[in-house]
Amino acid sequence: MLAFFIILGIILIVGFAIVGVYNSLIRERNRVKNAWSQIDVQLKRRYDLIPNLVEVVKDYMSYEQETLTKVIEARNFAMGAKGVKQQAEAENALSGTLKSLFAVMENYPQLKANENVMKLQEELTSTENKISYSRQFYNDSVMQFNTMVETFPNNIIAGMFNFKQFEFFAIPEAEKQNVKVDLR
Amino acid sequence: MAAKVCPRCGFYNSTFRKTCSLCSTPLDGEFSKEVAFKTTFYKVQSENKANSFFLVLFLFIFLIGLGFLFGYVFDFGYYGPILALVISVITTLIAYSGGKAIVMAISGAKKVTEKEEPEFVHVVQEMSIASGVPMPETYIIESDALNAFATGRDPKDGAVAITRGLLNKLNRDELSGVMAHEMAHIAHLDIRFSMLVGILVGTIVMLSDWITRYMFFGRRSSRDRKSGSGGAILLVIAIVLAVIAPILAKLIQMAVSRKRELMADARAAEYTRNPEGLASALEKIAGSSIKLETATRATAHMFISNPFKDFSKKSSALFSTHPPIESRIRLLRSM
Repeated sequence: MLAFFIILGIILIVGFAIVGVYNSLIRERNRVKNAWSQIDVQLKRRYDLIPNLVEVVKDYMSYEQETLTKVIEARNFAMGAKGVKQQAEAENALSGTLKSLFAVMENYPQLKANENVMKLQEELTSTENKISYSRQFYNDSVMQFNTMVETFPNNIIAGMFNFKQFEFFAIPEAEKQNVKVDLR
Repeated sequence: MAAKVCPRCGFYNSTFRKTCSLCSTPLDGEFSKEVAFKTTFYKVQSENKANSFFLVLFLFIFLIGLGFLFGYVFDFGYYGPILALVISVITTLIAYSGGKAIVMAISGAKKVTEKEEPEFVHVVQEMSIASGVPMPETYIIESDALNAFATGRDPKDGAVAITRGLLNKLNRDELSGVMAHEMAHIAHLDIRFSMLVGILVGTIVMLSDWITRYMFFGRRSSRDRKSGSGGAILLVIAIVLAVIAPILAKLIQMAVSRKRELMADARAAEYTRNPEGLASALEKIAGSSIKLETATRATAHMFISNPFKDFSKKSSALFSTHPPIESRIRLLRSM
């Protein structure tokens, strides 16, 4: 009788432990997925903002058509990109062209007087930051999830229910440079 | 001078200490970067939950004890502790349901939208994304003092406030650092803890204030009846306790809030990946001597830096709600 209760107790404890680990794995996995969708939200926001900015500044910057065209091209290319790797490259190229547009805008003091331009520039600067912060948060969440899946005894339960590790969002410095050259 | 200066943060420690009381860096031997700030996020959060529970429990017991005193002094008998309990439960419930609004009203903070203050709200949004904490409400205090704080019941109910003076003085990187520090307070659940501590400490101070005032200036008729030797001893204990209680409660409030500031600084550096932003913001804050008029003793521990500006580097050791700002800057730059 005593042995029966001991075995029952052990089964209950192990059962609760499995349920606990399983639930926290689910929670962490949803966090990673949510972090990923945050990146998408910010990227879409950037696609929407760019045409507005270009529309407003193009009258002032008639000598910079090339820069503006590059920005629009990079945007359209990024929107049509397929697969995580290609998209990451395209988005980075777009960030690069935006940076050079902002740099060129510094040469036009009239733009600073235009409230609409300043507002759009602030929006885009913030969106750029949000994109990099959301990637950083995604990577942090992935790291946490991957560590959780790898460590004992979680790895047994993760294996039982087929929890897989996520990939980091990382682009090597050299690759970024190549993409820029390709676009020119 | 008989003090050990920490090689990492420059804090003055007493000579018998082996590690710095502020940042836990070993004081003897070689300085190593790896020792401090090793605690993980979940550890801080669960520590905070446990601390909140025990501290609230301790302060409640303290309050009930004070209630007995109250009953004795005012001749209420057992109604004293019951009254103290009822008062503290009511204040806690009020603060829990509407504490954010109360704190903001006391501080004279006004809610602002993205349209009114685009840069400020955008930076908070960025930090909300970097920390994974839901977007808090954004407030501005119209004051030239340089300060900021976060409050709320939990991350879903969070709010951040900044003074106009600080908002005007900081560049984007520095503002991000300050807001990351505030988001860290929200993520660590420091906001709930400091709210509870503020309320309970406030109630204890209020009750003991009543007792001491009554004993020194109140009517004497009720106490004349108890003029035996036992009554005299009890009276002495009552006076001592009533004087000590608020000091003790304050000390707890201070000790716990100092460590929190350092943890939030470290977390802010992790969110922005740029400790220099917060360090240079703190430098600007340290350079200002303008007091924040709307800060009170009950809300002081919530701010990013001491709003009263009245502590010198050495006197801050025991009685300040904040670690010395110079030490915080040095710690951030050593990350």
